[in-house]
Amino acid sequence: MHLSSYEPKNPVMKWVEARLPIGSLIYGSLGPGYGAPKNLNYWWNFGSLAGLMLVIQIITGIVLVMHYTPDVTLAFASVEHIMRDVNHGWMIRYLHANGASMFFIVVYIHILRGMYYGSYKAPREMIWMLGLVIYLLMMATGFMGYVLPWGQMSFWGATVITNLFSAFDFIPVIGDDIVTFLWGGFSVDNPTLKKFFSLHYLLPFVIAGVVILHIWALHIPGSNNPTGLDMKTKQDVVPFHPYYTVKDLFGIAVFLLFYCTFVFYMPNILGHPDNYIEANPMVTPAHIVPEWYYLPFYAILRAIPNKLLGVVAMFAAILIVFFLPWLDGSKVRSAAFRPLTKQFFWIFVINALILGVCGSQPAEGFWVPLSQICTAYYFAYFLLIIPIVSRIETPKPLPTSIAEAVLAKKKG
Amino acid sequence: MIQKIKKISLTMFAAAGVLVGASNIAVAAGGDVPQPPKNDWAHVGPFGKFDKAALQRGFQVYKEVCASCHSLDLVAMRTLSDLGYNEDEVKAIAKEYDVMDGPNDDGEMFSRPGRPSDYFPAPFANDQEARAANGGALPPDLSLIAKAREHLSLFRPWKSQYGEDYLVALLTGYDDAPEGFELGEGMSYNTYFAGHQIAMAAPLSEDQVEYADGTPATVKQMSKDVATFLYWASEPKMEARKELGFKVLAFLLILSILLYFTNKKIWADVKGK
Ligand code: HEC
Ligand code: HEM
Repeated sequence: MHLSSYEPKNPVMKWVEARLPIGSLIYGSLGPGYGAPKNLNYWWNFGSLAGLMLVIQIITGIVLVMHYTPDVTLAFASVEHIMRDVNHGWMIRYLHANGASMFFIVVYIHILRGMYYGSYKAPREMIWMLGLVIYLLMMATGFMGYVLPWGQMSFWGATVITNLFSAFDFIPVIGDDIVTFLWGGFSVDNPTLKKFFSLHYLLPFVIAGVVILHIWALHIPGSNNPTGLDMKTKQDVVPFHPYYTVKDLFGIAVFLLFYCTFVFYMPNILGHPDNYIEANPMVTPAHIVPEWYYLPFYAILRAIPNKLLGVVAMFAAILIVFFLPWLDGSKVRSAAFRPLTKQFFWIFVINALILGVCGSQPAEGFWVPLSQICTAYYFAYFLLIIPIVSRIETPKPLPTSIAEAVLAKKKG
Repeated sequence: MIQKIKKISLTMFAAAGVLVGASNIAVAAGGDVPQPPKNDWAHVGPFGKFDKAALQRGFQVYKEVCASCHSLDLVAMRTLSDLGYNEDEVKAIAKEYDVMDGPNDDGEMFSRPGRPSDYFPAPFANDQEARAANGGALPPDLSLIAKAREHLSLFRPWKSQYGEDYLVALLTGYDDAPEGFELGEGMSYNTYFAGHQIAMAAPLSEDQVEYADGTPATVKQMSKDVATFLYWASEPKMEARKELGFKVLAFLLILSILLYFTNKKIWADVKGK
């Protein structure tokens, strides 16, 4: 919601403003000119945290590149050179490696926040879809980054994941060539590493571009809020600055505490020990697991006995989320007023965590049927539960405005 | 605020509970090698520092025993100052090695005494030679072995296995093969090695080295010392990391507290608290 306009007082700023209205841009999007709902809770901090993580990944990444060598004979040793010889190189590398995990934790919470409060619903469909594009790009970036240190898991993870595309070999003409094209040869090797390095450098900047679109789209309707109600009057809002700038800063400080505990005290706990063994095409690790943030999708892939269908299900699991705005037919956004939806949502969250554990285990024994049940729930949630429940559920009575909801809460 | 913290931490506990529960079942399902027993390590824990005497003894074990088969490619001799040696001592250690250098002005490679800037020379010219000398098995480089054998568990920290504990277990885990166990030619039985058949014969025996500080050189003692040394070799910046970490966390904690009160003050008029 627009609250006020930027009036430069100092002559230099007046001069600049007349030629490049950057002051207005900042004032109107992060400053006192931008009105945000006054009732946002701490789950709304994760957007600014995701932005922070992107900046940290880009800065630490650029420093790593100054010392890293993308060549199969030197990559592993160059990462160890960063760890041992470069001043504070160990810190930069641990910030980057753990930063990827933190980025995903933040983004998963951010996405689930959106699902719970119905932030994907009209008029925010575009924000939702752009966010998912960012998430897809992050998955690609993280996957290619993990290949760069050229450890055993880098190599074998890359081999397993790129091989998935051979499921499409039935496609005429290009089918057989997809994997060869990805590899730049007949196995994961030097051309693959160089290609992944180049793209790993590029994609974060593409992400930054999509983030700008995501925020641009956000600033049309403004933020959703825990009640899911629209902002109607000035009573419903507070100026972004100082209210949310300071609240976001507080969130950032607490989050950095969490992040730095990993970086400085358990920097390898989220990684795989085999990645401290240099890649060796002749020795296959006992079991190959991707990074934790891919595990739920990896479990869906392996739950289905047919390779092609498994790959299709894995991609479908992500693509289906794009359609959530239309699958959900409820008139009310927030699950706080949709008791049934709320229960199914929490089951969805637990289900996703169990899928993650399934993905980390060898595909045998009771893990197989468990992954299958969880995969079934995952798809049922989007294709049956949400479409039906949202249309038949009677929501709880809504407050008339955000201001009223805040007042009610204040009274107790 | 308190309500919110309660809610958020409840959510996190519930999530962690699911993960712990599920991964408990996961572990119960697999694993034929016993968990290596835990040892006390001076360098473990948020304030842990390396035991320098153990590092020096461990280095002696590596140099006198393991180095005849295992390389340590990523460790430069200059970094031995971390073990508490002074500059002259490091120079003297480096000098004991012959290092290939060159080409000289005549275009020939030559051997010269090592310098601190050199890396430890490998015992074999290449993997093939190493295999040929070890009955076909390749002795792995030990620079990162401690980190490559650790299995840390975030949700069940008591189940975490440190690489150092594995190394001690491996080096002390040699035993007679149980009845009916088919041992290959030139192989030894080891309780803690995956598959129990290892191509490395027990490398340590009582009093194999003579410690300068008079510590009795039992197999257990030598194993612990060399494990300490190999952990240092894999994570040489550990002390700097923990020291800086303490300052960073202390700073962030104070910053968080200050921002908490700033935020509270700013919102006071809206929330009316
Ligand atoms: C006579 C040569 C020789 C000596 C001396 C020797 N090793 Fe080994 N080591 C080997 C070989 C060969 C292997 C490979 C074993 C296999 O793959 O079955 C090996 C494997 C290892 C492994 C890897 C085990 C695993 O989990 O994969 C470690 C750790 C190790 N040695 C440590 C040491 C230490 C520490 C010393 C010194 C106390 C030492 N070795 C001395 C030959 C040797
Ligand atoms: C979206 C942001 C990014 C994500 C999610 C990400 C993720 C990753 C991951 C998971 C690794 C492997 C870490 C390890 O195990 O060592 C990695 C390595 C690397 N990344 Fe990134 N990265 C990002 C941005 C960047 C940028 C912008 C650059 C360069 C400009 C960069 C350069 C590197 C380099 C050189 C490595 C190899 C060094 C190493 O392995 O530590 N990254 N990245």
